[in-house]
Order: sequence, then structure tokens, then C-alpha cells
Amino acid sequence: MMEIILDLVSWIFLLGGSFFCLTGALGLLRFPEFFSRIHAASLTDTLGASMILIGLMFQAGWGLALPKLILILIFSLLAGTTASHAMGKAALKSGMKPLDMQDDGPKDEAEEEQPWKP
Amino acid sequence: MRHGLALSILLSAFWLLNSGHYTTLLLFFMVASVVSIVALSHYMDVVDGEGQPLSITFTLPIYLIWLAKEVVLANIAVAKCVWKGKGSISPRTIEVTASQKSDLGKVIYANSITLTPGTVSIDLEDDKILVHALDAESADGLLTGEMDRRVCRVEQ
Repeated sequence: MMEIILDLVSWIFLLGGSFFCLTGALGLLRFPEFFSRIHAASLTDTLGASMILIGLMFQAGWGLALPKLILILIFSLLAGTTASHAMGKAALKSGMKPLDMQDDGPKDEAEEEQPWKP
Repeated sequence: MRHGLALSILLSAFWLLNSGHYTTLLLFFMVASVVSIVALSHYMDVVDGEGQPLSITFTLPIYLIWLAKEVVLANIAVAKCVWKGKGSISPRTIEVTASQKSDLGKVIYANSITLTPGTVSIDLEDDKILVHALDAESADGLLTGEMDRRVCRVEQ
């Protein structure tokens, strides 16, 4: 009985995590520019990865696998945020501007210069 | 001294949790590697309050519980924006002030902002953090300054 409940809780977390990973991927395709896309990617980073790892913790039970999964969770959260910040900063320093900091004029010309764009 | 001891205990626990083999030979390897790493860190001059922030040991967990709740709520909000499509977002850039005293506090604050979906810290200079927000709600949530105050409390 206990095992069925654990399995059920575990699968709820695994499916929830998969849903957030899928949502993150969809957002990456849907959002208009680089800085908005970072937000979509952070969905996969935070709740997506966390829920999948928590679901796996229920599958693993008490044992040496549990602390390893917790360590993976901590390190992936720390690495994910640092990478997001580094990407945003690199984009800003190399001249890419968020939508509300752009001038309107040059942007339209740039779009006209790309004949392959539908 | 205190920080060196904390680093040794942490590294030993890390080894013991990851190895799973508790024979004399492997425990000897553990002691040897922990001693050499602590000695190396000492020569690199990184065994201090910034590398091993002992002062936040008890205040950090309370903050992390609050942060976890915020992250889950923000995740749901951003997921809604994704499924609604492009029209539901209005990206903006705002500047917030980090009122923490130490570099460690500022890094915790900036990292918490990035960890919460909907807000990404893209630059940190002195005590000004440049934040890119996905919509008005996430920007307003940050501008209330609740996260800033809570990180300040962690520092003390």
C-alpha cells in the first residue's frame, strides 16, 4: 500500500516537472527576443528540474542515492542562476538592448534589410 | 581556524555521502585529500568568512523556505504567460537598490532575483542591480523590496 502511494506521489512530481520543462521549451520558441527567452529557460531550470529530481528522490528511497540527488539539485540551481546572469550580462555588454531600451528608428531598417525573413 | 574546521567537516561529509565504501584504505584517502585541499585553500587565502559563510548558517534556511515558495508562485505565473502567448508579456528593464552591506549579501540578492522566473539580474554595479522583468507584475513584486529586506535579515 505504502509503495503505491510513494509511486503515485513520485509520478505526480515527474509529470509536473515534465510539464514545466515542456512549457519552458515552448516559451523559448514563442517569446520575441533574447531577454524574454531567458525567463522561459529559467522555468526549465527551476521548477522543471526540481520536480523531476524530487520525483526521483521518492523512487530512490532512503539510501546513498538520496543525498546525491539533493546535491545535484543544489548544484544545478546554483549553476543555472549563474549561467542565466552571465548570459544576460554578456548580451548587454556586447550591445544587445532589451525591447524598452531600443530606439525605434534603426530597428525597422534592420528588419527590411533581411530579405529571407517571412 | 574556525573556517578551516568547517571546510574540513563539509568536505569529509561530501566524501562520505558520495563514496559509499567505508574501508580503511578509502577512509585514509579521504583524510589525505581533505587535508591537502584545506592546505591548498589556506595557501590560496580563500579560507575566510566569504568562502565559508558561517554567520548565515541559521538564518539562511528560513530565507530559503520563503524563496522556494516565491519561486513556485513565479513559475506558475510565467508558465501562464507562455501558454497565453506573446500578447501577455510586456518586457521591461528596472533598476533596484541592493541595501546589503557585504558582497555576499548582494550576491545572494542578485542570485535570488535570477532564480525567480520572470526577473533576471543582468548587471550588478556597486549597489545598483539592473533587472530585466517579463511583465509588470514581476517588476512590481520586486519593487516592493520584500526580498531585499529578507536578504538583509539573512546577513545579520
